Amino acid sequence: MEYFVQLFLGGLTRGSIYALIALGYTMVYGIVELINFAHGEIYMIGAFTALIIASVLGLYGFSEISIIILASIIAIIYSSAYGYTVEKIAYKPLRHAPRLSPLISAIGMSIFLQNYVLLAQTSDFLPFPSLIPEFEFMNPYSHIFSSAELVIFCTTAVAMTLLTIIIKFTKVGIAMRATAQDRTMAMLSGVNVNKIISTTFVIGSSLAAVGGLLIASHIGQINFYIGFIVGIKAFTAAVLGGIGSIPGAVLGGFILGWTESFATGYISSDYEDVFAFALLVLILIFRPAGIMGKSRVQKV
Amino acid sequence: MNKILETINLTMDFGGLRAIDGLDLHVNEGEIVALIGPNGAGKTTFFNCITGISPPTKGEIFLTTRRKDRDKIDGLKPNYITKKGMARTFQNIRLFPNMTALENIMVGQHCRTSSRLIGAIFRNAFTVNEEKLVVENSFHILNRFGLGPYTNEYAKNLPYGAQKRLEIARAMATRPFLLLLDEPAAGLNNRETAELNVMIKSIRDEDKVSILLIEHDMKLVMSISDRIVVLNYGRKIADASPEDIKSDPAVITAYLGEEFVA
Repeated sequence: MEYFVQLFLGGLTRGSIYALIALGYTMVYGIVELINFAHGEIYMIGAFTALIIASVLGLYGFSEISIIILASIIAIIYSSAYGYTVEKIAYKPLRHAPRLSPLISAIGMSIFLQNYVLLAQTSDFLPFPSLIPEFEFMNPYSHIFSSAELVIFCTTAVAMTLLTIIIKFTKVGIAMRATAQDRTMAMLSGVNVNKIISTTFVIGSSLAAVGGLLIASHIGQINFYIGFIVGIKAFTAAVLGGIGSIPGAVLGGFILGWTESFATGYISSDYEDVFAFALLVLILIFRPAGIMGKSRVQKV
Repeated sequence: MNKILETINLTMDFGGLRAIDGLDLHVNEGEIVALIGPNGAGKTTFFNCITGISPPTKGEIFLTTRRKDRDKIDGLKPNYITKKGMARTFQNIRLFPNMTALENIMVGQHCRTSSRLIGAIFRNAFTVNEEKLVVENSFHILNRFGLGPYTNEYAKNLPYGAQKRLEIARAMATRPFLLLLDEPAAGLNNRETAELNVMIKSIRDEDKVSILLIEHDMKLVMSISDRIVVLNYGRKIADASPEDIKSDPAVITAYLGEEFVA
């Protein structure tokens, strides 16, 4: 039973990270109907920025808590700037092009960013300092749920709540939903659609940066390639839940996290990805639009 | 009289088809102008042209705002034109279907507020205050157009007549000085059309908003318009008061054929 709980909580942590990144995919898809393949790279850049800032601040002898806060803030700002720029350079000029063009552009952007970090940094795995402190009150439970996992889960929960509030109640959120439903009409209602699309990329990138920082700190090492596999997994989570749907992305993330966790725990870690993608195939056979997705008539 | 909207030699080509051909049209301050003409005359194309959805091939469009600035608006994006003070509705209703009536109205006020994402996250006093004002204002607009009972209903679930009113209400939420209505009476019954008649007049008289409407219901057009502009094949064939339009030979020819000209 304890083993089950451990796997369950492990899956929850893993799933919350997937969900955090899947939100970026799903939001961008909801608004511009584009799969932003460079999103995983934004996550990787977030992790690298945090590493660099943490190392520099560590040299200057900053306290642990100030390092965490500063590293996350700078990682968020830096990743957002990348997300914003990627949209302006690779997607905006292609907004009225056939659907395949921005997709290719996205893949190109992803490869570009990977190689850019590879050249600017290194191809080796770099050790990532454990930024998350060990809480004493967690000690009795540390064999099933570590402090780091607790922090990851709580942070993602807060981020998702914040996002829900933004989308549901604020002016920007309402404009985002309007843009997703009818872009021309949103413009005619006075919404600056370009700004809203940029904002969407910035919000998605911030979430990815938070994810990058948390997972890198948890696993303890990063390299230029980490964005690719996490990106694919988060994309899977988004499709699983129904791409374009925000609650769907969160649900998809958790389902994927649990599947991997239980498959690893009860069968073998070699089968982790096999089960993750087998689940995707199964769900898409029975619900092609994803769990919470609505099958829509193709827009003309 | 102040010309608040003026187009000069407006031309719109779709490939080889000339949908609008050298059109000079204006709307004066405080006027209700009807734009009529047979199907395919270029009326909706004209609306799309001046609202920035499809910029004209040739010609100029000027808007004179309430502050008396005469702005050239051809080539501007729709959101900037809306912000200058011209709003429109569509022939086939275009609401945000999966948003409530209240939210639809809130989108309309987007360009009249200045809070940003950062403010929305950190809840500064300015943003909180502005959000409160927007909601209050939205309730006011909803009640004014008889949509109070539908406040938290999804737009797609509203009855047809209410959807039509909500679209006008959303356009009014952008605080225009010129409102373009594309067939507002289409699909309405007699009672609803009569109510629409009153509503359009009250928008002009109480909100001081000038109106340009496309309409096929001649009874409504004749009773409401100060002036009627008739288009045929993208050209203006008449521009006169309702009484004069009724007896204009060019108009009768366009609508009924030459043999009906007395």
